[in-house]
Amino acid sequence: MTDKVNFELVSPESLLVSEEVDMVIVPGTEGDFGILGGHAPVISTVRAGTITVYQGTAISTRIFVAGGFAEVTAERCTVLSEEAVPVDDIDRADVEAQISGLRRQLSAGDEDDEAALTAQIAVAEAKLTAIDSPAY
Amino acid sequence: MPSLKDLRTRITNVKSTQRITSAMKMVAAAKLRRAQDQATAARPYAERMERMLGSLAAATGGSSNVPLLAGTGKDDTHLLVFVSTDRGLCGGFNINLMRNVRLQVQKLVNDGKTVKLFCVGRKGISLVKREFPSMLVVEMPEVCKPSPSYEGATEIAQRIAEMYEEGEFDVCTVVYNKFVSALTQEVTPQQVIPFAPPEPEEGAEEEATPDDGAPYEYEPSQEDILSDLLPRNLSVQVFRALLESFASEQGARMTAMDNATRNAGDMINKLTLNYNRTRQAFITKELIEIISGAEAL
Repeated sequence: MTDKVNFELVSPESLLVSEEVDMVIVPGTEGDFGILGGHAPVISTVRAGTITVYQGTAISTRIFVAGGFAEVTAERCTVLSEEAVPVDDIDRADVEAQISGLRRQLSAGDEDDEAALTAQIAVAEAKLTAIDSPAY
Repeated sequence: MPSLKDLRTRITNVKSTQRITSAMKMVAAAKLRRAQDQATAARPYAERMERMLGSLAAATGGSSNVPLLAGTGKDDTHLLVFVSTDRGLCGGFNINLMRNVRLQVQKLVNDGKTVKLFCVGRKGISLVKREFPSMLVVEMPEVCKPSPSYEGATEIAQRIAEMYEEGEFDVCTVVYNKFVSALTQEVTPQQVIPFAPPEPEEGAEEEATPDDGAPYEYEPSQEDILSDLLPRNLSVQVFRALLESFASEQGARMTAMDNATRNAGDMINKLTLNYNRTRQAFITKELIEIISGAEAL
């Protein structure tokens, strides 16, 4: 199949990516799914993880997203995410510092923020996994 | 008649004021450019989110039990969220906003509804405190400093959502200055809770099925997605209101400062004329004195 997918990655602050690609793999809440041209229409939530973009058979970019939504039709795949960073740009030391900082806040105990902090830690840990795990 | 020295000091004062206002105008113009870019950059996200929401709302056919979409079933208590500025010197910006809020409050109160006010921005807070001190429930100064961020919008949205869950209001409307051009702003009220899809009938029908006619699959269920999507949509709407308002603020400030600079220029001209006349009058008077003194000899 020569059909390409119009892949768009949008954050509240800007349109981050908009390009014709051969395949995208999106980390859905209920499992990763790959999108080729002519995919059945789907609306799905996205968990924190890595979006992998393929040009031809090679990976062109890997982008970390902190959750969001994906809308897929036969021609396009639109991912809405509040935070998105290319995996190569993530600095391991930064994320680790962030995690330990958050842990400290969590143990300092502010019950109102507990849920928010736990969520932030989960995202940061997903970031680490994104760096470590090899592409498919 | 003011003395020459007084006039001279006044001229210098006005000149330094003019320097300040023209600098502020320049700063506002630069910020306006950035604010406009930011507003444009944020548009795709809001558009796509609206598209998804439209199709979801149409698919559930309004029968959903997600409260943010369906509402509480009453409209007794209204929450007005209005976006003012943190800093002054921007012409009629906050006054116009306040006028609209006042009208709405009066209308709602006349209809026998309870009104609560949620104020964003420092200037609005002081205005409201003077007029409706009992209605002001939340104040959030300085969320747009130095410029609106999505985090700030989320903070506001979360606050609104919490209040909604606790049943503190039934209908929420955001009032903000919409950016039309650098010269004009338009006070716009927009209802955010319950969520009103943009064009409910034909538009939604069309959106519900993607281009090739097949219906969307939902993963997980529609309800789950909706309950995740709607709070975010709230943030996005608030964010958009903040951005529009911020761009408008810069536009208004630019215009106001432009006027101020021009007025200062006029004033300097008038004062200078006055100064020169007075100076000449003094010289003439002195000459007359000398001449008449010489004649008397």
